[in-house]
Amino acid sequence: MTLTFFMQNLMNGIALGFIFALIAIGYTMVYGVVKLVNFAHGDIFMMATFFVYFSITLFGLPWYLAFMAGIILTIILGVVVERFAYRPLRTAPRISSLCSAIGMSFLLENLAVVVFGGRQKSFYRPDFFSRTFTVAGVRVLTVTLVTIGISLLALLVLNYLLYRRKIGLGMRALSRDFDTARLMGINVDQTITFTFAIGSGLAAIGAILWALRYPQIWPFMGVFPGWRAFTAAIIGGIGSIRGAMVGGLLIGIITIMVVALLPSLAGIKDIFIFMILVAVLLFKPDGLFGEE
Amino acid sequence: MKMSQSKHRNTWLTLGMLVIIALGIFWAQTKCDPFVLRIMNVAAIYVILGVSLNLISGFTGQFSLGHAGFMAIGAYVSALLYMSPQVKAVNFFIKPLIWPLSVIQMPFFPALLIGGIVTGIAGFLVGTPCLRVRGDYLAIVTFGFSEIIRVLFCNLQRITNGPLGLKGLPVFTNLWWSWGFMVFTVFFIKRLVDSSYGRALKSIRDNESAAMAMGINLSYHKVLSFVVGAFFAGIAGGLLGSLLMTVDPNSFNVFLTYQIVLIVLLGGMGSITGSVIMGIAIAVSMELLRVVESPMNIFGLHIPGIPGMRMLLFAVILMFVVLFFRTGLLGEREFSWDGLFAFTGRIKEKLSSKGGQEA
Repeated sequence: MTLTFFMQNLMNGIALGFIFALIAIGYTMVYGVVKLVNFAHGDIFMMATFFVYFSITLFGLPWYLAFMAGIILTIILGVVVERFAYRPLRTAPRISSLCSAIGMSFLLENLAVVVFGGRQKSFYRPDFFSRTFTVAGVRVLTVTLVTIGISLLALLVLNYLLYRRKIGLGMRALSRDFDTARLMGINVDQTITFTFAIGSGLAAIGAILWALRYPQIWPFMGVFPGWRAFTAAIIGGIGSIRGAMVGGLLIGIITIMVVALLPSLAGIKDIFIFMILVAVLLFKPDGLFGEE
Repeated sequence: MKMSQSKHRNTWLTLGMLVIIALGIFWAQTKCDPFVLRIMNVAAIYVILGVSLNLISGFTGQFSLGHAGFMAIGAYVSALLYMSPQVKAVNFFIKPLIWPLSVIQMPFFPALLIGGIVTGIAGFLVGTPCLRVRGDYLAIVTFGFSEIIRVLFCNLQRITNGPLGLKGLPVFTNLWWSWGFMVFTVFFIKRLVDSSYGRALKSIRDNESAAMAMGINLSYHKVLSFVVGAFFAGIAGGLLGSLLMTVDPNSFNVFLTYQIVLIVLLGGMGSITGSVIMGIAIAVSMELLRVVESPMNIFGLHIPGIPGMRMLLFAVILMFVVLFFRTGLLGEREFSWDGLFAFTGRIKEKLSSKGGQEA
């Protein structure tokens, strides 16, 4: 294995890892605040690509506006899902809200099949993103660089919101101690809505970057990325944003490296991720950055 | 004295019920047409799946999404054991089947049992790491497991024949097998739930910390319930494979699991009776609801058939039940002879008191 080959794959792995990190943050924030595995998150990710697809094909928006519209619509979808499927069950036993999340995932997937059709559609990729250039023998797609840049920007904004704004303080307080935070006068509903909005927005950014990379979209495309991202969140320690980022990068790099080094196992790369997940649960159940 | 009398009576009633079911099966097996027979078989398999998932989710409070994966394991293992070497050779035309499996052939019953046991072992391996940690990890881990089993079976060309699946399976499953296993599953899980193990499981569901404080070994009981559930899912998979005459890896997708979750939720978490009723109801409605996917003419308005409508309908029902009707059909109530007699007794009393007033 030459260094260029390694660097080439590392670049791809990091770009993919950032996408997983963006999705994983949505899982981990929601879990941190409301202690719910948001099964529908992968399907919200899927819906984002369809929003963009139809903004371009039906309404003829230029791609940058379509991307913005896709992100905004996804945020609305995430907030609506929270309002109607999760909020009524907030005081119910946890298994009920888990059922609700699973039902929501089931509903969104089937809604997409009925409304958008089950066949794969090709996502519009502006020429700009598929250009390649060579740096020191390493061929890089523009979309790879864009992915890394946009993800870092999104993470910086997230960091600012979480640690420099009042709403972020509320989120952190809720994830530490729900009841005390409520007593301290934090508007619980508003904060949770905001959490879902941020999570869905990051998922939408991840989804667009994903679709620029793999321009085939269909109603079940969110299942595996969503599952891998949740695995990343568990590996990093659920509830920890830093953990979700590190876990996402790890999963991305491992996925790409397995395919690059053992091409015959490309079809079953998820088994490696699954084994890592089981190993983490066995030996370090709180994850890399989780609190005891 | 009265207690033992009613116990005696209940045993006889149960036996009588079994005889009636047996006579019904005998009649149906000879008289009904293949379509009805198939629905009846599928209904029994759904009941096995629903009741076994209810043991895990309803009685132990652990949320598993692995049933489709467990069914796939049971279906493949048993099919590879009961298929004849000739049929296997026809199936595996791209790459031959690996050695010991290519020559083995055994009768249906031991093949099913081995399928169930292998599934139970798989359940043990998957369940142990996550059941030690936290409840909601089980859902995501079993979900991943189930999808990965599907991907794995699509890729293990020399063992599972890859995405082509297995075809031309001998038809062993008839009403005797499916309903027999159904009765056995219901009986077994009912006995388990009523035993001291069952009380431990329910205490874990209701309050884990309190259960632990009472000296209940949490992970042992959770894994026990999970493995028993997986075992029966494997048996159901084996029955389904032989009923459909094919095993297709992609049919064991997550939607199958969601259907079973729907059975449990509709019937009531923690009610075996509910799962039995809803297992049958879902199996029948799956067939009846094919109408909504076919083209329709309503008042001259032509609606083309929309594939996926049936699943969407199920998804809407699932959400509706979760949000507005959380106890399901029966909640945690069970059918019992005593309950039935108490009910008829109350009705009689009411009628007679009414009659008395009028007179």
